[in-house]
Amino acid sequence: MTAINEWIDGQVKANDVVLFMKGTPAFPQCGFSGQVVQILDYLGVTYSGINVLDSDDLREGIKTFSDWPTIPQLYVKGEFVGGADIIREMFQAGELQTHMAEKGVAKATAD
Amino acid sequence: MPQSLQVVDESHLHAGHAGARPEGETHFRVYIVSSAFKSKGRIDRHRVVHEILADELAGPVHALAIHASAPDEPTREPTRDPG
Repeated sequence: MTAINEWIDGQVKANDVVLFMKGTPAFPQCGFSGQVVQILDYLGVTYSGINVLDSDDLREGIKTFSDWPTIPQLYVKGEFVGGADIIREMFQAGELQTHMAEKGVAKATAD
Repeated sequence: MPQSLQVVDESHLHAGHAGARPEGETHFRVYIVSSAFKSKGRIDRHRVVHEILADELAGPVHALAIHASAPDEPTREPTRDPG
């Protein structure tokens, strides 16, 4: 396993919900990443947003790691769930909420 | 052969932002209905399309939105990319 693979593997195992995205949850730099941020915020789950624009190694590495050519990419409990289209479809069908609940993903505590 | 295939070039909506090129053809949306998707889940449906377009995705195509349905399913509603 390459260093970047190991690092990604560590991230998706250490955090229940990980979003590999362009930009940050506060400042998404791509409409597709922004859509997934909005959905996760709406669901109120705690997630780790990782900006792939921070490193070329990461930007290419995540594509190989997931065998998925586009960004964003969402992981729940170490498992790849999908990109922007799939997350939106699942959310609209109510499946994303069910998936999170079944995986035991905790909601963020309200401020 | 897919039952229906619609490709929409949305590059003009992303003009000037990262990944967009002045000559366009960077952002696409594909609506595809095929019986090949019948027994496949969402991730596998997308993987089929990704595989066929591997060269394009590794090269000039910056973004690809995919709406993949089997013939007996309601066609996915075309939606706008807000950004």
